Order: sequence, then structure tokens, then C-alpha cells
Amino acid sequence: MSRFDHVTRWPLFVSSFVALLLGLVPLPGWLDVVRPDFLALVIFYWAMHEPRAGRLWFAWTAGLVLDAFRGVVLGEFALAMTILCAIAIYLHLRIRAFPIWQQAVTVFAALFLYHLTLWIVDGWSGHPVTGMAHWLPPITGALVWPFLSGILDKLHHRL
Amino acid sequence: MAAFQTPINRPILSRGPISLGGFLFFVGLSIVVMWLDQGGRYLTPVRRGLSIAGYGVEVTVASPFIAWRSLSEYFATRARLLKENEELHAHQRETDLRLQRFDALEQENQRLRALRSSTERITEKFLVGEIMSVDLDPYRHRVRINKGSSDGVEKEWAILDADGVVGQITRVGVFSSEAILITDAEHAIPVQVNRNGLRTIAVGTGNIGQLSLPYLASNSDIHEGDLLVTSGLGGVFPAGYPVGTVKKIDRAVAQTLVSIIATPAAALDRDREVLLMVAPKVPLESLDTAAPAPAARPARP
Repeated sequence: MSRFDHVTRWPLFVSSFVALLLGLVPLPGWLDVVRPDFLALVIFYWAMHEPRAGRLWFAWTAGLVLDAFRGVVLGEFALAMTILCAIAIYLHLRIRAFPIWQQAVTVFAALFLYHLTLWIVDGWSGHPVTGMAHWLPPITGALVWPFLSGILDKLHHRL
Repeated sequence: MAAFQTPINRPILSRGPISLGGFLFFVGLSIVVMWLDQGGRYLTPVRRGLSIAGYGVEVTVASPFIAWRSLSEYFATRARLLKENEELHAHQRETDLRLQRFDALEQENQRLRALRSSTERITEKFLVGEIMSVDLDPYRHRVRINKGSSDGVEKEWAILDADGVVGQITRVGVFSSEAILITDAEHAIPVQVNRNGLRTIAVGTGNIGQLSLPYLASNSDIHEGDLLVTSGLGGVFPAGYPVGTVKKIDRAVAQTLVSIIATPAAALDRDREVLLMVAPKVPLESLDTAAPAPAARPARP
């Protein structure tokens, strides 16, 4: 389908859209609290495996869409997503060489930074989130990473 | 078909295709957007556009739930429907009976108000909406409702269900709008004790089953089981609708204020159909106020 340096982007779009839906499906309370940030994970995956397809502009736009859905100040998720994506692109060669558990640890660190950004912006915009439960999604995100990256690998290599 | 394999003219070990400039540009863009959105509400059209685009996504997310509901309604057994019908009839009789008395009471109320030469209250107009099956944020009690500016909804409309006050509209999209529940930690609602008219403010706790009344002195006349109703002050919520019941009172001797926990009257976590209502603009003098109470804190700046 693609020739030379043209990059096929539809797997990125499709998987991001599915991840966005997964992030919005209503879940019972406790499951909602530990729900991993699917969209962030998917963007991390593509930024790391196809740094040319998963560009910053896409991460930024996806973040802006999340902002609109979550009803937070516009730009909050966009900023966090940009930082996450930049980390993934910057380290993509190293992360790709990691064994899967080490990748999960990296994902945890990146997601932690992502949530730290959100937390800081939340505090700045006057809606501070208190409670430790806010820091659970990076852990669950790292736990689902091996499965998620397995599924995306299938999509990635079937092309 | 080899979309993601390395083509010949692309280096196998590509340099990280990230430029510091690009990164800083997007970070800066985010900060500018946040600043504009936070401070001056300059981005209302952007948000409106995003909400139209987002409506499709929301419908997609909600559709399996809607399909399941209509399917299970379709296959509902005859016996269950008959039973439900019977129950509804019984309920209808009961409400009719109560309504007869209500008419008389309303007449009487109007006469009394005329006697006191105060403005009569305008009857509230309302709209039936439905809470969409979309999760906004686990830490904020926000819901999305399937009525927007195309249905005439405006910001600060009150939301009620069959049992009491649910919340208010915070942001209006074209086809849907966002609402804050009374239990959100950033929400406050002016209430009064139904028994003696004691006015105070009920603040959300962030816990779906709890409201907190932090501004009452420890010698206030309030008991467990007291019904709290909206006072109509602040102009967002119409007066006289149940908000909750006092559940626990903790009078610490050393404290000047008493800490009170109340349970919301509305079924906040089980609702599907809600009423959207405009609060009638009641002039403050017409309320039997002795001291002005603080107005309803807007849910979000």
C-alpha cells in the first residue's frame, strides 16, 4: 500500500479511536478508578514503533479530544500527551530493544509523568484531585502493556 | 502491502525523528490553549466544535447499552409487563389523590401570597433529558445529558429527578450538555431545613452518597432525619425541591461549627431520565429572608 517513505497511518487512527472508546465506556466505580489510559498507551506504542507515523501533532490532537470529553481545561491532556509521545519518540530505539517487562517499567515511568502533568495542571486550574487512587492508572497501564503491545503487534505486522 | 517494513531509502536505524523545536511548539501551544480556556473563555467555539464531533463518539459508546436496553425491553415477559402496569396504575391513583389536594393548596398558597402582596412564583418550565452512558471522569461527578442548545438548554439549568435535585448544567454543547452533580466536590447548593426554614449550604463531598453541611453553628436547630430542600436563593435551583436528608450530626464541644453529613434524595448513581428546569427569577425580597445567604457557587468558572 505504501511506497518508500510514505507511512500508512490508518492502524494508528483505528487503534486510537478504539482506545478512545475504551476510555469512555462506563464502568463500575472501582474499575473506573483503575482503568488504564488506553489512548496514552496506544499513542506510546505507535510513537515507539513507528515514530514517523505517531507524530507529535497526532498526540497533541488526541489529547485535545480527550480534554473536550473529560470536561477539563482545554490543553491539559494535550500537554500530557505531547510529553508522553516525545519521551516515546526520543527513546524509541532503546525501548524497542528492551525485554517486555523492562518496557512495562518504562511505560510506568512515562505514564507517571503523564499523570504528574495532569495533576499539576489540575491544581493550577483550580480543580485539585486529592487521594492516592489517582496514581493507580500508571500501575494498571504498565500491567496491561504486555497484552496491549501484543495485540498492537499483530495489527502492526499483519500489514 | 509492506507498509511498516523498512523501505530501501529509509535508514534501518532512523534517528529519532523528533525535533526539540517541534516538542517546544506543542508544549507552548498547550500552555497557550490552557491559558486562553481558563482565563477568558475565548475558546467556546472550539469547544463547541469538538462537542459536535464528540457527539458521534458518545453515541457510539452509548449505543450498545441502548441496544441492550431496547432488546431486553422487547423480550420482557408479559407477566412482568402486567405487573409493572398494575404497579404504575396504583402509583397513578396515589399521585392523582395527592394532586387533588395539591390544586387546592396551590390556590390557597396564591391567595396567601396575594394577601402578603408578594410576587407569585412563575411556574417552572421543564424538559425531559436522559443521562448518556458515557464516563467523563472518575474523580469528578459529571454526567452528559442528551439535550443541548438545539433543544434550548442553557447553562445553569437545574437538573432534577423523581426524588430530588440532581445537579446543574455546566457546559452546553449543541446536541448534549455537561452537568455537575450535587455531590461533586466543587459543587455547593443553597438549602434550607424543611422543618424550620434554617438556611445553609450543602457542599458536595466527592462521594456519591454524601453531602456535607459545613457552615452551621453548633447550636443550630437541626436533627438527624431532617429534610433539606432547595431554598431558591442564588437563582439556579427552583425553591422547595428535596435535596437530601440529614444523616449524621457530629457536635464536637470545642468546635464552633458542627459537621453534618446528609444523604442526597435523588438517585444520583442510578438515574437515567432527568428533568431539566429553569429556575424562575424570584426577586430576593419576595423570599422571607432575614439575612442574605451566600449565592450558589457556580460549578465551574
